[in-house]
Amino acid sequence: MPAVSKGDGMRGLAVFISDIRNCKSKEAEIKRINKELANIRSKFKGDKALDGYSKKKYVCKLLFIFLLGHDIDFGHMEAVNLLSSNKYTEKQIGYLFISVLVNSNSDLIRLINNAIKNDLSSRNPTFMNLALHCIANVGSREMAEAFAADVPRILVAGDTMDSVKQSAALCLLRLNRTSPDLIPMGEWTSRVVHLLNDQHLGVVTAATSLIITLAQKNPDDFKTSVSLAVARLSRIVTSASTDLQDYTYYFVAAPWLSVKLLRLLQCYPPPEDAAIRGRLTECLETILNKAQEPPKSKKVQHSNAKNAVLFEAISLIIHHDSEPTLLVRACNQLGQFLQHRETNLRYLALESMCTLASSEFSHEAVKTHIETVINALKTERDVSVRQRAVDLLYAMCDRSNAKQIVAEMLSYLETADYSIREEIVLKVAILAEKYAVEYTWYVDTILNLIRIAGDYVSEEVWYRVIQIVINRDDVQGYAAKTVFEALQAPACHENLVKVGGYILGEFGNLIAGDPRSSPLIQFNLLHSKFHLCSVPTRALLLSAYVKFINLFPEVKGTIQEVLRSDSQLRNADVELQQRAVEYLRLSCIASTDILATVLEEMPPFPERESSILAKLKKKKGSGTVSDVEDTRKERNTNVNGSTDHTTATTNTKPSPSSFVSDLLAAAPPPTNRPRPVPSSSILHMPLSPLSPQAYAVHSAAPLTPFYQVTSSPSSDLLGLGNSSAVNSGSPPAASNAASLLVDVFSESLPVAPLGTASAPIIEENFSRFVCKNNGVLYENQLLQIGLKSEFRQNLGRMYVFYGNKTSTQFLNFSASVVCHEPLNAQLNVHTKTADPVVDGGAQLQQILNIECLSDFVEAPVLNINFRYGGSVQNIAVRLPVTLNKFFQPTEMMSQDFFQRWKQLSDPQQEVQKIFKAKHSMDTEITKAKIIGFGTALLDGVDPNPSNFVGAGVIHTKTIQVGCLLRLEPNTQAQMYRLTLRTSRGSVSQRLCDLLSEQF
Amino acid sequence: MMRFLLLFSRQGKIRLQKWFLPLGEREKKKIIRDMTTMVLARKPRTCNFLHWKDLKIVYKRYASLYFCCGLEEEDNELLALEVLHRYVELLDKYFGNVCELDIIFNFEKAYFILDEFLMGGEVQETSKQSIAKSIEASDMLQETMEEYMSKPAF
Repeated sequence: MPAVSKGDGMRGLAVFISDIRNCKSKEAEIKRINKELANIRSKFKGDKALDGYSKKKYVCKLLFIFLLGHDIDFGHMEAVNLLSSNKYTEKQIGYLFISVLVNSNSDLIRLINNAIKNDLSSRNPTFMNLALHCIANVGSREMAEAFAADVPRILVAGDTMDSVKQSAALCLLRLNRTSPDLIPMGEWTSRVVHLLNDQHLGVVTAATSLIITLAQKNPDDFKTSVSLAVARLSRIVTSASTDLQDYTYYFVAAPWLSVKLLRLLQCYPPPEDAAIRGRLTECLETILNKAQEPPKSKKVQHSNAKNAVLFEAISLIIHHDSEPTLLVRACNQLGQFLQHRETNLRYLALESMCTLASSEFSHEAVKTHIETVINALKTERDVSVRQRAVDLLYAMCDRSNAKQIVAEMLSYLETADYSIREEIVLKVAILAEKYAVEYTWYVDTILNLIRIAGDYVSEEVWYRVIQIVINRDDVQGYAAKTVFEALQAPACHENLVKVGGYILGEFGNLIAGDPRSSPLIQFNLLHSKFHLCSVPTRALLLSAYVKFINLFPEVKGTIQEVLRSDSQLRNADVELQQRAVEYLRLSCIASTDILATVLEEMPPFPERESSILAKLKKKKGSGTVSDVEDTRKERNTNVNGSTDHTTATTNTKPSPSSFVSDLLAAAPPPTNRPRPVPSSSILHMPLSPLSPQAYAVHSAAPLTPFYQVTSSPSSDLLGLGNSSAVNSGSPPAASNAASLLVDVFSESLPVAPLGTASAPIIEENFSRFVCKNNGVLYENQLLQIGLKSEFRQNLGRMYVFYGNKTSTQFLNFSASVVCHEPLNAQLNVHTKTADPVVDGGAQLQQILNIECLSDFVEAPVLNINFRYGGSVQNIAVRLPVTLNKFFQPTEMMSQDFFQRWKQLSDPQQEVQKIFKAKHSMDTEITKAKIIGFGTALLDGVDPNPSNFVGAGVIHTKTIQVGCLLRLEPNTQAQMYRLTLRTSRGSVSQRLCDLLSEQF
Repeated sequence: MMRFLLLFSRQGKIRLQKWFLPLGEREKKKIIRDMTTMVLARKPRTCNFLHWKDLKIVYKRYASLYFCCGLEEEDNELLALEVLHRYVELLDKYFGNVCELDIIFNFEKAYFILDEFLMGGEVQETSKQSIAKSIEASDMLQETMEEYMSKPAF
């Protein structure tokens, strides 16, 4: 019986749909649609009141037109009318229309909310479900606000029907995802956990989804779910396949619920209670055992469902990372799947093994599959499987197999799909650097990379090889020789020309002794590529040429001739022209001494995180996802301790960045050239364009130490954003005399007491950072500390710059962050170790990663110790990490604001302060400060236009606190009144204290 | 959580689109375009999973229709395949040997059936019987309603 005839069958709709399908062209379709729209419009506008059926039919037609991809700008009101129909189909179509064509017209929303309210209180389960579905489908803030209290109540009410409970649980989950701040936690939470014991498996499934999301946010509140989940899982796993009736799917007992329960357990560390833990281990073993049993059905549905549970169990085993036997069994199981005839399973096995590779228990076991994985890379027909194989090779790579893996990836690169080449290039570059034992191998690998896949080699990759060559003098000669040879190829990639130009310009002298690579030959080789290159590369080559003039006086004439040619001096490109003119002049007027000084080798680069790694991370992170989702995921990876993937990597295998720093740190200080010492005024000129201004500094005062070479956009040649790394710490005029004074008096400097264990904590600039993120935190005669920070949700990153203002090295430099109790439980600050030596005039960057776990009052302290001259300096500075940094602004309308304001009327939720203005009461400055504080500045909320109103949500890992603030200036009395209302008294107090200091 | 579910034909015509998180129309169109081009370009007998941005894409072809959904990082791909399959079974049970035309002409029913099965991107009810029963119930309700109504002639 064709069900099409069931129920109604709106004939008019069917006719319209087939008309559309019969349209021969897009134009005809549009014509037919316009005709229909005109018809519907006239019906809706007509004097004759439409009956419910017609209304439903026309609304349905509009919906169809919309889903075809056309805009619909009317019909909402008719759809809303359908909501209050007591005929089910009319109501249903009305709700469908509203869900698909969400409209933000607030009058309409009020009507919709009214209809939903009626249906929720109707006690008719079918109507209640429709209403809950509408809330979940639309899920706007307005709806969340209107129903945040009703939905939990329906969920836990004793008399609610099972099907309504299911809808309520998932509706709540949906609201919690987009408007978590609006969902009140309360006594219903404990009752939700007990839904895990419900008789109805559908209810348990829906409730488990909800609990997973809630537990990720408030792990402590849902701890009891662990034992219940284990018990439930155990019952399912041991049940006979017929026990669960319709919840058995192709002979697999409740696969959806099993997967959800296993996922819930991944929000927590392994259970502490030995009995529960034992029971869970049994479950996991049973699941692993079942994988070895013969299948109960040949249907793919059976094996999919069974393996879905198996993969989820393996995820849990990897997450717990505590039972070596289970881990090894998991690894073996995945190893079997690697050779399975089902492509899907091979794909998933490769994917799962990636996470397994980061566990110290199983890393070795994963490595045994290397040949299979390499084989997959070579033979898989499906690009997405090959992509997973690349990922796994990357994850299983360590010192022992790096050469093999890099070689395999390089050879795969020659035939790899274009879509994944760039990523492979980045991975090869990272592995080569991370596991380089010999730098010659590293240089060879990168040059190969450029040769094979030049177009996919991003700037970061070649920047990096240059950074490393510059910093390691034992590889410079080899690098020069190798690029020289590589450039011999008749057609070489422009990236190779860049690397070649840079390296020969710096180190060409190291191979000039060989007559086969004499200066002239080197120059001619480079110049033979010049005309084929783009402007930026040519600019770089010109810089290489001027460096040649310094390195090899014998080719000066030849190069000057090239620079003098019309194609350079009159080049249409202003950058090239300027370089040619300036370099030519420089080579003509400067004495060899000055030339040698100006064109000195580049100083070593400060150690920093590999830019390639940053790039790879960025590539991975690109997404369309909303903010909420981003952070949720981040939170997810480190929920509740236990070994998540990221920490596992850092624990068991040194992370790439630390290796990179090893690599650079281990480099012996270059001996074949002078170190940069301001007093001897050695100027370092990078191979970047000289701006006129910098040039002026040069010639006018060649003996003044200068750091900032150029302001031209390409100055950041090595692309690391802070070209200031070598500079801005010290003012250009830092006179030698001053540093001398510092030398002499350093021991009596009040701010840097000699060798005292605990320096007084300096907080003078602290409050300047409450409303801004960047600036100078501290400065004395020796040291300047600058800050740049950024915060997002409950996470923050702070870049601390230590500028050595003296001409002498700081030795044993260390900077650490201390969080005293109770702050250590409220804030996680992860510090990367700083380089122990800060050269005179140099600047050191340190990155702090900050995670806010819960609201806090105190601020962490930055302790800095170093030796300067003969004395130990000890400085403690209060680090401006304040609660308001974790604000996310919330825009809201006046009505919403006052509704929320009313809700937060408990006396302890409000904190008020009246205080005298310390600065001029400028409206714009005040506005900027409130925005800088982190809240949204709400216009048109307060009836008095001179008052300021703000709203935001403080994000911490455990809770989110909605905050409203109101600032009332009284210009006559030069006073302010500041009021804060948040759901937590301590938060209100702290925010009030912080903000009231700002005006 | 499932982010979206799309049904499209071999020609890339979209037959059903369900978004479990609100997105702008432009973004939706971009996703639809990306999904149809990506999935339709896949060779036969390749695996059913893809990575797209930070989502996992799971798709399967049933006769002339592609069922394609976007999952988050922690979701289970294999089980998502079975979500698609269960949905096909539900459509099948309702329409009786469902074909693309059924979904075109009764698109609203396809949405209603999906709503009984999934909500907010999570599985609401997995039991075929329960879902069928509640769809049956609403149809019953509908039929009784129809008796009270005199359909005007079209």
